[in-house]
Amino acid sequence: MARRPILGLFQDANYAAEAGDALKRAGVDQGDFDFLTDAPYPEGAFGERHERHRLYVFPFLGALVGLTVGIMLTSMTQMAYPLVQGGKPILSLPPMAVITYESTMLSAIIFTIIGIMFESRLPKLKKGLYDTRITEGYIGVLVNTEEEKLSEVSAILSQAGAVDVVRENQDTARA
Amino acid sequence: MQEGTVLPAQQVNRDLLRSILDPPGWFWPVVALLGLIVLVAFGAAGYMINRGLGVTGMNRPVMWAFFLTNFVFWIGISHAGVMLSAILRLSKAEWRRPATRAAEVLTVFSLMTAVLMPLIHTGRPWRTIYWIYTAPFVPYDFARGIWPNVRSPLVWDPSAIFTYLTSSVLFVMVALLPDMAVLRDRTTGIPHRIYGMLAMGWEGNSRQWKFQIIAGILLSALILPVFVSVHSIVSWDFSMTVSVKSWHSTIFAPYFVIGAVHSGVSAVAFVLILLRQVYGWQNYIRHEHIDGLARLLMFVATAWFYFFFMEVIFGFYGREADEIALRSFQFTESPWNIWMMIFVGSTYFLPMAIWLVRPARRNLWIMSIACISVNIGMWLERFLIIIPGLARKQMFTFDWGTFRPSPVEIIIIFATFALVTMLMLLFSRVLPLIPLYDIKEGDILKTEIQIGRRTVPATFRED
Repeated sequence: MARRPILGLFQDANYAAEAGDALKRAGVDQGDFDFLTDAPYPEGAFGERHERHRLYVFPFLGALVGLTVGIMLTSMTQMAYPLVQGGKPILSLPPMAVITYESTMLSAIIFTIIGIMFESRLPKLKKGLYDTRITEGYIGVLVNTEEEKLSEVSAILSQAGAVDVVRENQDTARA
Repeated sequence: MQEGTVLPAQQVNRDLLRSILDPPGWFWPVVALLGLIVLVAFGAAGYMINRGLGVTGMNRPVMWAFFLTNFVFWIGISHAGVMLSAILRLSKAEWRRPATRAAEVLTVFSLMTAVLMPLIHTGRPWRTIYWIYTAPFVPYDFARGIWPNVRSPLVWDPSAIFTYLTSSVLFVMVALLPDMAVLRDRTTGIPHRIYGMLAMGWEGNSRQWKFQIIAGILLSALILPVFVSVHSIVSWDFSMTVSVKSWHSTIFAPYFVIGAVHSGVSAVAFVLILLRQVYGWQNYIRHEHIDGLARLLMFVATAWFYFFFMEVIFGFYGREADEIALRSFQFTESPWNIWMMIFVGSTYFLPMAIWLVRPARRNLWIMSIACISVNIGMWLERFLIIIPGLARKQMFTFDWGTFRPSPVEIIIIFATFALVTMLMLLFSRVLPLIPLYDIKEGDILKTEIQIGRRTVPATFRED
């Protein structure tokens, strides 16, 4: 059965939250609707579901990779050109620690960025239903539902206080 | 501390995107003028490369001078940015909102400018490809089995700066995603396509916002240790040198870090004042924000003064002949003693006198003077660490020297300020220097509460 998106635009966060409640009561699965805003609202403000993630794994993984690269880079290069300086050991730990620390942190940060992109599902190549009024402060309630339920969902959104309900192929959708 | 009124999102967009969608008439003439100064400096650098380092004032024993003073200065400025942004984010300080982006962008541009200085200082910049050792797979004369000496702080330094620059750029880019989407929605044609591509399909759903917030906190926590390491390692360029008495000090790392914060936060405060004035962002960069920065600076300045005092007193207390010779040079010989007085006065006493008075903290002209004063002082601090140390490096008086900058050095140093200003202006022309979503979030969380007979502004804060 074909599924279509529909977007309700609200000026008030309370109305948007009520629309979410009404959709849940009407049997729309919580995974089938989302709230689009131009600023972060406190988590759970719209009664949205808790998002599970594994972001915290990424920095640790990155740190491990960076640590390994750092140790290999500093130790192997010194072993490759074993020049004794001031009677100090070839594999002198304090200077190795400095570069290893930097490579560890760099890799942890790069992996964190990759993790953030991955968990945010970005870049999003497929363009979904959207309205530029969202970045003007409107709150969008984006619902994906069966084609024959579109009218019912549209009515729910309007009754909850939507100032406009946008469907696909309208001019307001993002170019 | 919350003085602003809640503004509708449309007005926030209109006001904060004014620099991009409706740039002021002075914009391009000013950029052209700054570009001209930078071009003149490139000419001066080209002349120096062609004729050799002999056209500078550097000579034995002072072989590190203006360029490296300026290098340390710009590294210091770069430290404010991410540090300020990271600490204020982690502590959820409400007044951080308009300051974070400008601070982060200033970090990136001042780091880039700082990196130019040692390149120019070498006299043969093309050979510095061998420094780019921290980037994997860049050849370092593999054929002869020669590798950089990781025991040298001059190798630690590029690795730290490379890490800090990469991290800062990524930090700024991630935080820009929601604002790119706003620009995508407000532009047409080619700009729309470019901003659309840069926004990566951002639509502002709950999941994206959740990770945007986590990103701010997580990256702040990861960048803070890098920030501390970078200026520590820059200080080790000097303090690991056994042969220069006044440099070989264990206090240098914390002294440099706190000095960097001092000059950097002052620079951010000054940039914010400038932005407020030139783009008319009075509703966003308010007196409370500048006041907040000034209060933070009072603590930072005092901590810096403590380290400065310790550094000097340790030098005197040992009563070693070469250390005393250096201190005598700094404190009794003209014009160095005059520079010393100007440095201490402008870094600590003048700004502190201003910051202790509330009306002065809220007067933008006076605050600008205080911030510029700190940065003049902090530039002199690096100058007075590097040059006298080298001038009195040797034990015997016939090996002592001094330094007088040449016009080439003065032009290049002057132009670095023009370069950073030009890059900041160009950034403001294409991307917002105040994070729109952060301002809007602050407005969402603002409220008023009744306490007894008084209604006071308040802000909700999530833990």
